[in-house]
Formats: sequence, structure tokens, C-alpha cells
Amino acid sequence: MSERRDLELIAELVPPGSHVLDLGCGDGELLAHLTSRRGCTGYGVEIADANIPRCVQRGVQVIQLNLEDGLALFGDRSFDVVLQLDTLQHLRNTERMLQETARVGRIGVVSFPNFAHWPNRLSVARGRMPVTKTLPYQWYDTPNIRVGTFADFDQLARRNGLRILDAFGLHRGAPVRHWPNLRASVAVFRFERAAVPA
Amino acid sequence: MHSIGVVQPQSRHFDQPLPLRSGATLSAYTLVYETYGTLNAQASNAVLVCHALNASHHVAGRYENEERSEGWWDNLVGPGKPLDTDRFFVIGVNNLGSCFGSTGPMHVNPATGRPYGADFPVVTVEDWVDAQARLIDALGIGQLAAVIGGSLGGMQALSWTLRHPRRVRHCIAVASAPNLSAQNIAFNEVARRAITTDPDFHGGHFYDRGVAPARGLRVARMIGHITYLSDDSMAAKFGRELRNGGLGYTTQDIEFQIESYLRHQGEKFSEYFDANTYLLITRALDYFDPAAAHGGDLSAAFAPARDNRFLIVSFTTDWRFAPARSRELVKALVDNRIVVSYAEIDAPHGHDAFLLDDARYHALLRAYFDRIAAQAGAPSQGAR
Repeated sequence: MSERRDLELIAELVPPGSHVLDLGCGDGELLAHLTSRRGCTGYGVEIADANIPRCVQRGVQVIQLNLEDGLALFGDRSFDVVLQLDTLQHLRNTERMLQETARVGRIGVVSFPNFAHWPNRLSVARGRMPVTKTLPYQWYDTPNIRVGTFADFDQLARRNGLRILDAFGLHRGAPVRHWPNLRASVAVFRFERAAVPA
Repeated sequence: MHSIGVVQPQSRHFDQPLPLRSGATLSAYTLVYETYGTLNAQASNAVLVCHALNASHHVAGRYENEERSEGWWDNLVGPGKPLDTDRFFVIGVNNLGSCFGSTGPMHVNPATGRPYGADFPVVTVEDWVDAQARLIDALGIGQLAAVIGGSLGGMQALSWTLRHPRRVRHCIAVASAPNLSAQNIAFNEVARRAITTDPDFHGGHFYDRGVAPARGLRVARMIGHITYLSDDSMAAKFGRELRNGGLGYTTQDIEFQIESYLRHQGEKFSEYFDANTYLLITRALDYFDPAAAHGGDLSAAFAPARDNRFLIVSFTTDWRFAPARSRELVKALVDNRIVVSYAEIDAPHGHDAFLLDDARYHALLRAYFDRIAAQAGAPSQGAR
């Protein structure tokens, strides 16, 4: 199953033993995986009521918060890795959230649906918004209030003084390293805050 | 899922003097408590339930031949309930200074041979926790699987991890706070003034005069009760409903249903609660402030609890101890990299929600106690 493969590919970006903050952790599957397979510690942040007992049940530390309210709960550089997977596109204040991610973690990992994936381009060229496995919603009921591309994120990250350590696409459970902006349904970025120039 | 049935309180006398935070000492005292379920052979399945302002050791079950005598957390504690007495050995203990059996202001002061009254020493959350720890010793329990409480009970649960961190594994603090705000203290002070200015108070020495400051206690309860409910739940329950369908153009008779409700609550309360106890317990609330000894740094205060595990729960409509207060606790724990989960339950009932059986709230506690049971070697639910 490609979602499972995606999860494992993302997990490999997290160094063993890291203290991790998973923003939008859902039912805690990734954190449980990171804890049991990679000896990580840390917390998930989740807003949906139904996911909280699921996390608790599987022994994942979960903190119920609305990410739109920021990350004031977490100190500067208090985590080795901050994950923000399939979450950024739901947030109103995308840029501030990215800055907060870079503030609380040494390394940030972000993934989101790549709107420039070729079937999406084709759909728009035909005059219709895309409806795909990665973007399964109609334009009028989508929770994705931010649609961006692999190339767009690259620009935003640089604009915010983030140094991109790695960037690639994901498609059907496999990494896409050539022409990811065209060929990948999901974009993945691993970055750190660039050193402040003296 | 049913009630645990008929239960009986027990009591234990302690002759070893208890040093109090104030510097005073309680030379001897009695604690009244109840237990439910069975302590396992390793004594690893004990859960202590701490009570809030107006509750007691009677957490669950009912008393024989007493109508409507269910314990104050009977919806949570019992066979098959989230805190399952088929798996856990649950202890409810009445705190010192209370009026429900443990040594308190209406008991005889050995130094004078008369009731303590206002001379009962000022007790704190920390003093209560120390006394509870002695009861846990006496019951042969080295380490509690968990300590749980709501509101002031949550403060005791938190205090356990600071004073006796190795004697408890999990701390569950519901609708609690790291200290009282000025507004919280202000409400307490109005309640206290209502009591102490009642002509029947007599400086707290009213027992041998055969009177009680019931008027003050009624007003105190009315004020307190307002802070337990949300604006929305009051609006839903009473709104501007009139008792007699129309205005009576009276300034002193009851016009609105909310007035009638509050007076009824005050009346009931004054019949069973003690005025000196109310003063003592509100003071214990005022004084609780674990960060104070660390220059206000709550994160530093929680350093001793680094090996404990926490569940913090708040309710969105609770304005007495609002979610922001619980988030302060979570922040202090996260700063120490302490294991913690936090849930903000979207319940309409205000502070009182911690006593009610909101489905999301109880599902969360059930999930959490499932984890504790798995770790404590208690039998799994359904496998009994």
C-alpha cells in the first residue's frame, strides 16, 4: 500500500533517537512507528477529537491544539525534527506556520500535495480543477485552502531563510527525484533554518 | 456497566505527627477513606482519586438504605467503567480539614478539649498529599499506578508528582490549573467574606453555641456555583425564564428561575457543609502555586516529575480553570520532555464538565486507563 510506503520513506528522514514534534499527527501512526522502530521520543499535535483517544490507546503522546493558534507551547529549537505532513495545505497562515516549524525544530520535514503534478496541469488546461487520489475533493468542498506546487514551496522556503537539505517528490509510494514538480503527486522538503549572517 | 453497589467507609488513625507547610503540626489525625476493587499481589494496580472542594472519600457506589447516595464520580468509577474496579484498586480519601469524617474543624482539639473551629491549622494541597501518602503506606502500596483528580483534586494529583514522584506512575489532572488567578482568588474571597460576616459565625467558634453561619454558607455556595457553570449552559438551562410567568415588580422575591436554582443550591449546601471547612479549602486553593518556590518558573517546578506520565484534560467552556491554564501545565511538562498527553474537550457544561459523562471525555479516560492497566499487569477489560 503506497500510504504505508510513504510513511516509511518519511520515517527514514528522521534520524534514530530524535526528539520529534509531529504537527497534525492524526491517529499517531507515524509517531508510533518512529518510537518503536527508530527509538524516537516526542509529541504529536492534533486538532480532531476522534484522533486523541486513538493516539492515547496506542501510547502516542498527543497534545490537542489548533495549529492556527501557533506553537507558543514549544520552545525554540526544542525538537530535533518537526514533521508537518499533509497539514500545511489546511492552514490559513501557511507562512507563519513554516516559520514556527523552523523555530521549534532543528530540522523541518514538510509534505503536501503537489498541484503541478502533470495530471493536475492537464485537468486545469482542460478547464477543470483536478480531482485525484492525492487531491480527492471537489473545488467547492476541499479542506485544502492552500494549493501550491513543489516549485512554489521551494521559493517560499528560501524567502524565509530556510536551507533546503533535501527535496523530492513522492508518487505511488516511490520517491521521484527527476522533474518532481511535474512527475510527483506529493512534494517533500527537508530543511533547516539557515544560520543568521553575522 | 453498573454501579459498584453498596460500599462502606473505613477510617484509620495516625499517631505520627504530620508537619504542615505553615510550620504547625497536626499531632494526631484520622483519615476516612473508601476502597473499591482488589489490590493485586504486586500492589501495582492502585489508583488514588483526589476530591475537590465540596466532595469526599465517597467516590463511587452507594450507602446501604440511603436513597440517592451515589458517590460523586460514580459515572467514572465502577465495574466496566472507564476507571474499572474489576482491574484497579481504587482509593478515595477525605482530606484533612474536611467535614466528612477526616479530622477537621468540628473535631475536638486535644490541646483545648473543645472543637478546633477557627483554630484548625491552615492546611495546603501539599499537606493533604503528604497525609494521603501515609494512608497509601498503611495500605501496603509502594507505588500508585495513577493518581487522578478534577479541579482542586487535579492540583493534588499534580502535587503527588512533585512531592512523591517515585510513588506514583501516572498523573491525570482534569479541569485543573497551576495556580489560582486573581479572579479565582477574588471569587473565593467574596465567598469567605459572606461566611465570616454572618453574625452566626462567631469568629469560627460557633459549634458550642448551637448555631451555624448558614446564610453566609448559602451565599458562598451561590457564588461558587456560578463559576462552575458556563454562560451557555446557564442560558440553555434557565435563560431569562420567569418563575411565575410574568414580572412581579418585586426586588426581594424570586423572579427568574436562575435565582430560584441558586438559592436552592445554596440551601442544600448549607445543610451539609461546614463553614470553617469552606474557608480552609478555598485557602488551600489560593495557596497552591508550585512555581512560586522556583521564582514563578513552572517548568523548573516540574523537573522532579521527569519520570512520571501525565494526562491533562480541560474543557473548552470552563472559564474557572480555562484551557489556557491547562496549557501552562502542558508547556511546563513539554519543556522537561516529560511524557504527557493533553485533550481539550469541547463540552458545553463549563467547569462542572469534569463530573459529567461526556462521551469524548470518558472515551479518552477509558483509553488512558487501558494503557495503564496493560502496564500494571491488571487484567484486560472484557477478559474478566
